[in-house]
Amino acid sequence: MAKITIADLEKIREESRRTLVLREGAGRAKVTVHMGTCGIAAGARDIMSAVLKEIEDRNLTDVIVTNSGCAGLCSKEPMITVEIVNYPAPVKYIEMTPGRIKKVFESHIINGQIVKEYALAIGSETTH
Amino acid sequence: MVCAGTGCVANQSMKIKEAFEKELEKRKLQDEVSVVTTGCNGFCGVGPIMVIQPDGIFYQLLKVSDIPLLVEEHLIKGRPVKKLMYVPNENEPPIPKMSDIDFFKKQMLIALRNRGLIDPEKIEEYIAREGYSALAKALTEMKPDDVIQEIKKSGLRGRGGGGFPTGIKWETMKKVPGEKRYVICNADEGDPGAFMDRSIIESDPHAVIEGMLIGAYSMGSSDGYVYIRNEYPIALQRLKKAIEQAREYGLLGENIFGTDFKFDIKIARGAGAFVCGESTALMASIEGKPGEPRAKYIHTVEKGLNDCPTCLNNVETWANVPRIILKGADWFTGIGTGDVTQNPWGGSKGTKVFSLTGKVVNTGLVEVPMGITLKEIIFDIGGGIKDGKKLKTVQTGGPSGGFIPESMLDLPVDYDELTKVGSMMGSGGMIVADEENCVVDMAKYFLTFTQEESCGKCIPCREGTKRMLDILENITIGNGTEEDLDLLEELANMVVESSLCALGGSAPNPVLTSLKYYRDEYLVHVRDKKCPAHACRQLNVYTIDEEICATLGHGCDMCKKSCPDYAIMGEPKKAHYIDQLKCHKCGACYDACNFKAIKIE
Repeated sequence: MAKITIADLEKIREESRRTLVLREGAGRAKVTVHMGTCGIAAGARDIMSAVLKEIEDRNLTDVIVTNSGCAGLCSKEPMITVEIVNYPAPVKYIEMTPGRIKKVFESHIINGQIVKEYALAIGSETTH
Repeated sequence: MVCAGTGCVANQSMKIKEAFEKELEKRKLQDEVSVVTTGCNGFCGVGPIMVIQPDGIFYQLLKVSDIPLLVEEHLIKGRPVKKLMYVPNENEPPIPKMSDIDFFKKQMLIALRNRGLIDPEKIEEYIAREGYSALAKALTEMKPDDVIQEIKKSGLRGRGGGGFPTGIKWETMKKVPGEKRYVICNADEGDPGAFMDRSIIESDPHAVIEGMLIGAYSMGSSDGYVYIRNEYPIALQRLKKAIEQAREYGLLGENIFGTDFKFDIKIARGAGAFVCGESTALMASIEGKPGEPRAKYIHTVEKGLNDCPTCLNNVETWANVPRIILKGADWFTGIGTGDVTQNPWGGSKGTKVFSLTGKVVNTGLVEVPMGITLKEIIFDIGGGIKDGKKLKTVQTGGPSGGFIPESMLDLPVDYDELTKVGSMMGSGGMIVADEENCVVDMAKYFLTFTQEESCGKCIPCREGTKRMLDILENITIGNGTEEDLDLLEELANMVVESSLCALGGSAPNPVLTSLKYYRDEYLVHVRDKKCPAHACRQLNVYTIDEEICATLGHGCDMCKKSCPDYAIMGEPKKAHYIDQLKCHKCGACYDACNFKAIKIE
């Protein structure tokens, strides 16, 4: 890839924002698995596999899966964040297991019902 | 606003209104507060209902007798009365907003601003969150000296623990002549229980790279190193990937953003020696020499790596740099304590990341503004002590830091306040201990660590810490005397004063602070040969409460099976007892007993 200029920076920013913030066309839902060392130690890799398996089993084509670093609350790992298009804010789920992933897919991702038992919070941290 | 719909009136809402008006009159508030009756609110199931404006607080199931309390608390003192407020169904707690959860509410993210939000392996996502904009700003709108002045003005101090003003370091480095000059990122985080730097690199590696680029530009360097410990495989892998991506995009290499500025970063992997976090030892290690520090009568900014001018900053410091350049020094100085306009040592600005570990409910990584109190970190963010136990002490700054007693929890967290009480900011470890932890035992643990990690180059650190550890070990097995405490203190001060580097210079801190704040606990160990927290097992005497054993446990034999010394006697279904001559005090029986029949004296 060629060297980028400052103008390119703006272009990349616009393009990537589209995948960061869900919009029409890009996908209907996004699942972020938090994979810092703490998350992985608590089993985030299994969670990632479980997420991918759910998507495969259900033939979902509109769910984006991505990973990210530690969300800070290491004692409640593994955690995932679920975002659904047109929903006001992302939801963070704590202490995930493959079984719970199934439930989150059934209830939240497919039917739009937040699974309250596993949900930690809605929204994101304010950043500066 | 009192609901006067049929449902509520049937539930005596008019009486509530009367009582409310009477109460207002009694407190002479009738002119300030007006009582309005409204139509049916719609939530008849929890009537009588009242809404107090402008706060919009919704009260339900009111009784006449609640009114005086309500008026006093809410209208006079401004505290809404929780027990009268509407609570959604208890079985289905509402999902709180992220910003309303205590753990996140008091945090302020600068270094960790992208945590959990972006994919660290995609440079595009970093760019989408204003990434590399600060570099663009620095390269196009600012001269190198402007960058240094901005950092100096921001009052940013070294986040690795020393707290040296970053701007001054950069300025000094800038003045030193020399063609070849280096900037290094110190990612050799070695404190037990600390994982700030690891997490920053894992969640946002580009922030560190961008910070280094800006620093390199300001100091005229084109060579960078990240010294990262090999025990951080994920951080290492993500950093490598990030560097490759930055090269692909031309953000590392020659002619960055079409300017003359060139810079590239190499990774140096550390083998996990604690002392290699010390600047001179770290540079020796990059050069391929043994990781040993040298006396710093010549600073590394003058002669560092390969005898060239070298600027070393910690991961977190570098991660703060892009935000300061982008948002300005004034924004940064708005956060934190003290005044840095005249003197960069005058305060602590910005935020600090802490690894909150130990006996708190919410262990994790927290980034808080400087000046927040320890109490807020432990009780509001950390959620208090696990299992409802009592807090005993907080240890900050890792093995080189000190213990801070419960009485000092209102201490604002900044560089100078922590140093004043004998501890230090360190790289940001924060270990919380409860009443079941013994400070002598903890001091021994930290000293064991620093003793093992001492490189052995200077005698005070190599031999001094060893002797100190011998004394502590004696105390924890019941062979200590009162004179030992004085000797320990004397030795500790000697090691502090005469060690070559900061490892030895700070290693006795846990011992010194525990002697200062918990001398009584040491005295119980040496005089009565007891450990009040029962953590020093050699001082414990284990016995079995025969009554509990026989009646509750029916002589279940669990303790007997667990004992490696065959010291427990007794037949099944009858009370057991411990042969003290055979007991080696391992505590296995205590853990094995399901009926709490084993007592410790």
